[in-house]
Amino acid sequence: MTDAVYSNTGVRSQMTRIALRWLLYILLFAFALFYLAPLFVMVTTSLKSLEEIRTGDLIALPRDVTFDAWRTAWASACTGIQCEGVRPYFWNSVLIAVPAVMISTLVGAINGYVVAQWRFPGANIFFALMLFGCFIPFQVVLLPMARMLGLMGIAGTIPGLIFVHVIYGLGFTTLFFRNYYVTIPAELTKAAKVDGAGFFRIFWSIFLPLSLPIIVVTVIWQFTQIWNDFLFGVSFSQAGTQPITVALNNIVNSTTGVKEYNVDMAAAIIAGLPTLLVYVVAGKYFIRGLTAGSVKG
Amino acid sequence: MAPILDIKGLYKSYGSTEILKDINVAIDPGDFLVLVGPSGCGKSTLLNCIAGLEPISGGTLSIDGQDMTHVSPKDRDIAMVFQSYALYPTMTVAKNITFGMKVRGVDPKTQAAKLKKVAEQLQIEQLLNRRPGQLSGGQRQRVAMGRALVRDPKLFLFDEPLSNLDAKLRVEMRTEIKALHQNLGATMVYVTHDQIEAMTLATKIVVMKGGVIQQIGSPSEIYDRPANMFVADFMGSPAMNLIPARAMKNGSGTHIEIANSTGGSIVLKDTNGHDLPTDVILGVRPEDIAEPGTRQDGVHQDAECLVDIVEPAGADTYVVTQLGGKQVTARLHAKTNAQAGKSQTLSFDLSKVSYFEPGTGRRLN
Ligand SMILES: Nc1ncnc2c1ncn2[C@@H]1O[C@H](COP(=O)(O)OP(=O)(O)OP(=O)(O)O)[C@@H](O)[C@H]1O
Ligand SMILES: [Mg+2]
Repeated sequence: MTDAVYSNTGVRSQMTRIALRWLLYILLFAFALFYLAPLFVMVTTSLKSLEEIRTGDLIALPRDVTFDAWRTAWASACTGIQCEGVRPYFWNSVLIAVPAVMISTLVGAINGYVVAQWRFPGANIFFALMLFGCFIPFQVVLLPMARMLGLMGIAGTIPGLIFVHVIYGLGFTTLFFRNYYVTIPAELTKAAKVDGAGFFRIFWSIFLPLSLPIIVVTVIWQFTQIWNDFLFGVSFSQAGTQPITVALNNIVNSTTGVKEYNVDMAAAIIAGLPTLLVYVVAGKYFIRGLTAGSVKG
Repeated sequence: MAPILDIKGLYKSYGSTEILKDINVAIDPGDFLVLVGPSGCGKSTLLNCIAGLEPISGGTLSIDGQDMTHVSPKDRDIAMVFQSYALYPTMTVAKNITFGMKVRGVDPKTQAAKLKKVAEQLQIEQLLNRRPGQLSGGQRQRVAMGRALVRDPKLFLFDEPLSNLDAKLRVEMRTEIKALHQNLGATMVYVTHDQIEAMTLATKIVVMKGGVIQQIGSPSEIYDRPANMFVADFMGSPAMNLIPARAMKNGSGTHIEIANSTGGSIVLKDTNGHDLPTDVILGVRPEDIAEPGTRQDGVHQDAECLVDIVEPAGADTYVVTQLGGKQVTARLHAKTNAQAGKSQTLSFDLSKVSYFEPGTGRRLN
């Protein structure tokens, strides 16, 4: 008797559970559709001919898939008076982002290591100022930075842009590494000191090998920031050193006559691909790094 | 014999808070010095000062006759085992143990030979290729010991190395550390807040409280003649009974009068001729209160007491009664006839008692 009652409620709760589960899936699916819609439109539009765009439906699949727009965007779209596509600017962005990401990550790691494990007088103030640096709006630093770059003789150059991005990124990278390294017990550093290791030895042999998750987080963050940056790119570059974001803007804004939506879309996708790639390759470490707690063991 | 470690007038403060005050300790070669005291009394801080991991604010510190007050840890010829073991998480056990030698540029052959010897000594040969994360607590503890042993230093420093282990393993490792000390003849400074660990391991104990040394002495000195009520209470389990009493001169001896729970009082006659003030605290270890006729040595005085609680503990039975307004524990024979609620004659060994001044807690005899 009681058995029957129990199993009855058991079945019912089982069914509610399944129903809820389905509701959840449907909801998630709807959200996914919502967020993917723009990407879908971009991709399909970039694969259509201009003719088809004009006559067809925005959300329809392309009737004739053509890569012409991609070719144009990459190699011959006009960014003002030049018509070389986004290719040179893509490489500019690579030349800016890769060194800037590497330098800011490495220096941030050392900074974080010092602030977290080698408490020096004024360490807290140093760190607070560093943090403050994260929250200074871009616009505020534009003029002083332009003057600085001029004085250093690297205004308008790729090293100049690298410099700007490293400086602006250091606040964040230091914060990331510091927060990761404070979770590492101070006794580890002490043990290494007793073992005879010095500042860099401890960093190199003990801290860096522990840092993969936070390095991945920092690299993704910095790469996304630097690659997607527009304001610094447009302010501190000149013809020939502009990053891809600036070029994309020029392509979209400098066409006269008929808007070549397919080319614009293709160029935009090209501009966005590298960050997408970084997420796909390193995404799982990203999540792991963000949630990584103290070092076990 | 010149002391291996000599600390003179050491002070340590963080900002304006003084953590250690006027620490004076000397250790002879081969000593096993145990620093013991309640949590937060500054034991780890003192150990860190000895290691050079914390700068000291005053005083001097020398190791093997050389002034080390301002020398960095790596040049002090010490090895340390930390409470959390602090094994390098990304290195294998073998690398953990040899890291110090590698840093110091010891040639790989010597490294391998020393590693082998230490691994055998601690029976961790089969663990050498594992990472710390793949070890049990006890195994990690051994590896941490190995990392210290392989260095063959002048001075070993241990910061509560057993506190993370379960009770059984702790007792095992305690014995092992003691054996290790005897075999190596090494000098060790060992921090613990476990007074049993202190008693069993030490050749010399330093009892600390609030950054001040309360007493330095051999385990038996500390146990038998505690310098003050704090030490008396801290060392020993169950703790020493500290009973408020009145002392009255009576001829060559002294009468010690203690109120009992029934409104009357018991009187113990101390014939040792101590010069005591009227108000004293009488300190008696539980094992110095027995049933009449069961102990031969000492000077015994019998008194009738009302038994409140009887706690059999296997080898002994603890009997709790009330004297001087305090609970007093006696350690009786396992097969005692004492019963809760009944009166029982208890015999106090007055040759072993301590007297303390109630106000200052200072020892009087
Ligand atoms: N870096 C620091 N800054 C300020 N105060 C500190 C610092 N390190 C320790 N202290 C203080 O010094 C006192 C002694 O600390 P210590 O770690 O030496 O205690 P301990 O005797 O080892 O205790 P436990 O048995 O809990 O390990 C504590 O009151 C602690 O709060
Ligand atoms: Mg401690």
